[in-house]
Amino acid sequence: MMLYDIITAFWRDWVVLKHRMIKFILSRMVAPILYLVAFGWGLGKSINAGGGSYLDFLVPGILALNSMNIAFNSLSPLHGERVYHKSIEEYFTAPINPLSFAIGKILAAILRGMISSAIIIVLARIFGADFSITPLFLLVLALNSAIFAEIGFYAAMTIDSYEDMGRFNTYILMPMSFLCGTFFSPDKLPLVFYYFIHVLPLTHTSLLLREISRGAVPSMVSFGVLLLYMAGCFLLCARVTKKAQE
Amino acid sequence: MLRLEGVKKLFSYKNAQGGKAAKVAVDDISLEIKDGEIFGLLGPNGAGKTTIIRMLTMLAKPSAGNIYYGQLNIRDDSQKIKELIGVVPQHINFDQDLTVGENMHLHGRLHHMPEKERVKCIGEMLEFVELSGRINDSVRALSGGMKRRLLIVRALMHKPSILFLDEPTVALDPQVRRRIWDLIRKMHRSGVTVVLTTHYIEEAENLCDRVAIINSGKLIALDTPKALQEKIGSYAVEWDNEKAEREFKIFRSKEAAKDFADGLVQQNVLRRRSNLEDVFVELTGRKVNG
Ligand SMILES: Nc1ncnc2c1ncn2[C@@H]1O[C@H](COP(=O)(O)OP(=O)(O)OP(=O)(O)O)[C@@H](O)[C@H]1O
Ligand SMILES: [Mg+2]
Repeated sequence: MMLYDIITAFWRDWVVLKHRMIKFILSRMVAPILYLVAFGWGLGKSINAGGGSYLDFLVPGILALNSMNIAFNSLSPLHGERVYHKSIEEYFTAPINPLSFAIGKILAAILRGMISSAIIIVLARIFGADFSITPLFLLVLALNSAIFAEIGFYAAMTIDSYEDMGRFNTYILMPMSFLCGTFFSPDKLPLVFYYFIHVLPLTHTSLLLREISRGAVPSMVSFGVLLLYMAGCFLLCARVTKKAQE
Repeated sequence: MLRLEGVKKLFSYKNAQGGKAAKVAVDDISLEIKDGEIFGLLGPNGAGKTTIIRMLTMLAKPSAGNIYYGQLNIRDDSQKIKELIGVVPQHINFDQDLTVGENMHLHGRLHHMPEKERVKCIGEMLEFVELSGRINDSVRALSGGMKRRLLIVRALMHKPSILFLDEPTVALDPQVRRRIWDLIRKMHRSGVTVVLTTHYIEEAENLCDRVAIINSGKLIALDTPKALQEKIGSYAVEWDNEKAEREFKIFRSKEAAKDFADGLVQQNVLRRRSNLEDVFVELTGRKVNG
């Protein structure tokens, strides 16, 4: 029965996405193209990324930061559904386990993260990037999407004002987008900073994606960190879902 | 049977001085709602009606006290209780990104209705509120009254055995309001327990078997409309006072009312039977509809 309810929550987001699929795809192409042009073509020519071209170095980073942003922002409308339209009351007066609502929402956000990743993979190939994609690569992307979908869910369920949702983007997602091993290797950072950056999940996603795309053996520690984040954030989501009915 | 035992709800809020304070929205309410009755909650704005409904429908947790649905209680059996209830909230809470039909399907899915049944039921429901043509329209495109009609039939889709309606007929035109009343009576006849709040005294008088009058979170009266009205006296005299405001007084006997009316020198004196509105004003000291 819980599976059925998860599908219901997922179905809702799927319907909404279907209504806007074309718009979604087009809008998801803008930022990656800009990154690829500016950093891949423009700056990239003069950067030595050790070994391959900077473009090859860049693509896993873009995939990491993009899946983070998309997964998080897929669930930021939930904030409006909770605070302004109150449409999530429908789920809480229905005979379902509220957790299935959370899981369905998170899965839908992962789907969005993966669709937008697919768009970037295609674009990057068109731009001439060279990288290999394995099932493990996709798994890392899905893990990353899951973590930030969970964080998005948690934020949408707890933050009171719409502006604060925006602040989350400005103060947390933006800095991470640039610093977590996405555009440059964190090895070049001062030591304190280096450790701090390695506490954040996005760094490990970037590292893993880059290793896998080069055909290197991925670090189990990074995997562990991502799994830990996913489990921890899920517990937070479960708690906040329960609390929403008080 | 639905039973409230010493139910209390506190909200913390910022008071006028900017400090934190606790507001008692619902204050120690105990009452019983019988199976199959239409039960009304009456009270001025901010009395606590919506808060009571929200606690009954498990959208809010009581700060103290217990709520029982027969043998079930809201702390341990919420999922089972949610199978029994239908909820029409005071505010319109459709999913703004879905169409009329999709909103109904979402509801049906959440209540585990098989697809075939859902489709049939949605067709019938939309027919009833004359929205069949709008099934693929965005809910945002409906007028206020249409939204409210849709809100009501959505809550009926899964055939609840207890129906909660928080001001169900606000903003409806008179014909539609009467149709909704008919619908509520029809549900009542088929054995559904109905709990509603309203500001329309006429609605309460027309529909409710019993009404509870709530003021500032407290239960101040509970009885049939007729008994309440008889309790305060069956005869009323109204007149305009010096400031051209309407005043009234209630009397137990026709004679007393007549004597009083005859002695009045003011304008527009009117003698009539007392009604639920008089009860309301007597007990809460405020007019209902402004
Ligand atoms: N979420 C909340 N946070 C803080 N205070 C609240 C909250 N919900 C309700 N209240 C307060 O509780 C009291 C009762 O509100 P409630 O909405 O139950 O009144 P009501 O009887 O439904 O009024 P109305 O007729 O206007 O709908 C009010 O003083 C209100 O300000
Ligand atoms: Mg109310």
